[in-house]
Amino acid sequence: MTDYNFAYLDEQTKRMIRRAILKGLAIPGYQVPFASREMPMPYGWGTGGVQVSAAVLTPEDRFKVIDQGADDTTNAVSIRTFFERTAGVKTTTKTTDASVIQTRHRIPEEPLTEGQILVYQVPIPEPLRFLEPRESETRKMHSLEEYGLMHVKLYEDISRHGHIATSYAYPVKVEGHYVMDPSPIPKFDNPKLGDMAAIQLFGAGREQRIYALPPYTEVVSLDFDDHPFEASKADHPCGLCGAEDSYLDEVIVDDAGGRMFVCSDTDYCEARQAAGHRGKDAA
Amino acid sequence: MQAQTLSGGFADPAIQSTHAFRSVMEAMARPGTIQNINGAEPPSPLSAAAGSVLLTLCDTETPIYLAGAADCEAVRTWLAFHTGAPLTGPAHCMFAIGSWSALAPLSAYPIGTPEYPDRSATLIVECPELSPSGATLTGPGIKDSAALSLPELRAFQSNRALFPLGLDFVFTCENGLAALPRSTEVS
Ligand SMILES: [Zn+2]
Repeated sequence: MTDYNFAYLDEQTKRMIRRAILKGLAIPGYQVPFASREMPMPYGWGTGGVQVSAAVLTPEDRFKVIDQGADDTTNAVSIRTFFERTAGVKTTTKTTDASVIQTRHRIPEEPLTEGQILVYQVPIPEPLRFLEPRESETRKMHSLEEYGLMHVKLYEDISRHGHIATSYAYPVKVEGHYVMDPSPIPKFDNPKLGDMAAIQLFGAGREQRIYALPPYTEVVSLDFDDHPFEASKADHPCGLCGAEDSYLDEVIVDDAGGRMFVCSDTDYCEARQAAGHRGKDAA
Repeated sequence: MQAQTLSGGFADPAIQSTHAFRSVMEAMARPGTIQNINGAEPPSPLSAAAGSVLLTLCDTETPIYLAGAADCEAVRTWLAFHTGAPLTGPAHCMFAIGSWSALAPLSAYPIGTPEYPDRSATLIVECPELSPSGATLTGPGIKDSAALSLPELRAFQSNRALFPLGLDFVFTCENGLAALPRSTEVS
């Protein structure tokens, strides 16, 4: 038998995180403080997401971890292995087979369903942090819904670049109240945040915050009447599976500097290829 | 010490609390759905569902208010043994447990502050029945609308008007559990 706790954390810590998750679900988009614990991995490796996963996983879950869309990075593999060992959960790379998915920087392309939970690793939970460093002030701004500075920042983008240049961690407004940082997902993923059938939980370890989106919650990306929000992506089909609707990474494919665009969601791409879809660069 | 005090907890706390928490989380995330929850066998008058919620979420950090019939020697000693949670009045509790009439008035409980709306009480309401009928619920967590047997309407409408402050509710009956966060519109 193992000599550590189920899912690593002690029961008292899990209770504290569970209480924070429930308050987060009751107040969508609001950042609940929690007492983050040291985890056997460095900050930046998703210790907030890991603690949230540890608090929700049951032995019957099937767990998937994605890092920028891929299941096979060092970070994703080590988190998956961590919960295989400490919680005895089965793991998977298939989005459709997973009941709990921990993610860094992407939302899977495959629409999630009611039985699923998506756990985000969040580096900086406070969307107003770059505008106002003081926590006491940002809390006041959220409580008064004083989001003018946020709009000014986005509008400065427009005057400088002719469009809103913010392309990751693009701020959203939840149920007409809290402005929330969706973590550094590409803004292409923003439209998936709202009305999602799955439960979405966000954990920031270093900053000690948990927040949540219940299913079917209204989530609106901030924008302006004359510059509406656009969920942009590279204007290519995937070189491997030919998908025209997925978020793409540009990858270098040979020493001569040859490039191609491929799905960032490796499971989505592989499933399409297995179903016979081929892109122009497919072997 | 009574045998009843020592028994009735989770036989395998780490595993049973994962299942119980998922039931509570599903209920809070999807207001109006009725979840099954079990594991605890608390002394009367607590339901198995209420006992399981308390074991899953409460410990020495969470002051509890026992309202009405729930405030009895058997429950007090059972909770002390299994959770260590301090008992308190409604004004300073994080959790309260009792029948709807015993828990009144709702104005007695902490609703959080504008900067920290999470610092609010969660009320566990023991119900004679729990069914997907009666009040109509809309809001976060609900696709179109849901229905739930609520003890009344007005109190929940007033609570919704406080958002983002307010109380959150868990309804328990035997092994069944439903929840109503402050974000839910009730009609
Ligand atoms: Zn592809």
